[in-house]
Amino acid sequence: MTSSVSDIELPLLLEAIYRRYHYDFRGYASASLKRRLAQAMDRFSCRTLSQLQDLVLHQPVLFPTLLDFLTVQVSEMFRDPPYFRALREKVVPLLRTYPSLKVWVAGCSTGEEVYSLAILLQEEGLLERSLIYATDINASALERAQSGIYDAARVAGFTDNHRKSGARSSLSDYYTAAYGKAVFDKSLKSNIVFADHSLSTDSAFSEVQLVSCRNVLIYFDRQLQDRVLGLFRDSLCRKGFLGLGAKESVRFSAHSYAFSDFVANDKIFRKEAS
Amino acid sequence: MISFAALTREIQGVALGASAGGIEVLSALLSSLRADCPASFFIVLHIPRERPSLLAEIFAARCALPVKEAEDKEPVQAGTVYFAPPDYHLLLDRGPAFALSSDAPVHFSRPSIDVLFESAADIYEERLLGVILTGANQDGAHGLAAIGRAGGRTVVQEPASAAVPFLPEAALQEGPVDCVLTLERLQDLFATWGAKE
Repeated sequence: MTSSVSDIELPLLLEAIYRRYHYDFRGYASASLKRRLAQAMDRFSCRTLSQLQDLVLHQPVLFPTLLDFLTVQVSEMFRDPPYFRALREKVVPLLRTYPSLKVWVAGCSTGEEVYSLAILLQEEGLLERSLIYATDINASALERAQSGIYDAARVAGFTDNHRKSGARSSLSDYYTAAYGKAVFDKSLKSNIVFADHSLSTDSAFSEVQLVSCRNVLIYFDRQLQDRVLGLFRDSLCRKGFLGLGAKESVRFSAHSYAFSDFVANDKIFRKEAS
Repeated sequence: MISFAALTREIQGVALGASAGGIEVLSALLSSLRADCPASFFIVLHIPRERPSLLAEIFAARCALPVKEAEDKEPVQAGTVYFAPPDYHLLLDRGPAFALSSDAPVHFSRPSIDVLFESAADIYEERLLGVILTGANQDGAHGLAAIGRAGGRTVVQEPASAAVPFLPEAALQEGPVDCVLTLERLQDLFATWGAKE
């Protein structure tokens, strides 16, 4: 019984958030959303989603906290080292042929993936002629991404991943450790643009050679996945590259015809010429 | 203690969770299943994260039902065994269909048994059987209780028959559970499931 009531409450809450704050979660997969909302209910001492809806409609000051529950995704630098190795070995040689490069990290959250790509491009001598767009819907996550500051305790894992990605340098070349934090180099940031962008409601904004969007699509329902893959198709140049998460694919989407496998094992796809 | 027939009546989904010692137990259980067992099986086994995971391949050779790694948004089929992929949480969503998430580990675990069990309880309610097996971590105890609260049935491997009793003990403490079974009795339960009545 309780679950059928929450099946009524969930769409109402998402509609309320959309109308009041213009953040659109209506196309998110409900299983993960429910789990995250259950954590938010705990935090705000609400027994039901309806109570949470009341709270968030009438106390805008609480919305950013709720937004963190709904959107923040803690990743690692160089998560899935084979992905970065495949980018380095198979994609970078083709990216080199462009006089200037644009890369879009969509749904970048707190920035781990952005810095990973910046470091990889730097190691391959491409960062100087690259522009990385790092976008997310959560302004406070973007701020954290922009700061480039991570807990020093996480850096050992980052370093291990980086090494396995076929690193050509030491990760410690790119950060300064102080007071339990690792601060990543400003020089990496000079080629990164951090910007607010919603995959649910905004459109394509630039032509890019590479889109990296990993472990974002799994949170969307099929319809929103289709919308987003359409955005990526529209944003990519002819023969541009799309990197997805280890368990994501273009295969079942309405846009599967627009992409071909490039490195199938590491979920790197290429936009078809036509 | 309730009978096997009462334990499996109307059950459409079976959620299993195991960590340390789990491969051997799952191997014994999955090889007991009959080809006409109508239920869908969802399994989280804690293993060091790596890819590709060979779990589905390893167990497919020993199981009369098809065994595969669950994919994101994949509709659940009856009479099929699904494993959570390494380094992702596996959830059940409306349909029923699978959903994956890379949210933070729960009890240091991703995939987490709690995450699977809680989401499956939400979707399947009284049509779900939860089974907690050997393990060295408490991940799964809350999830089993959630299955019970949603009206599903709950089974715990008898701690003394488990390679590592910590997880079954944690589940019993969180309780209440419908049934505590030795590995042999669990095999019997699975071996008789689907037999014509």
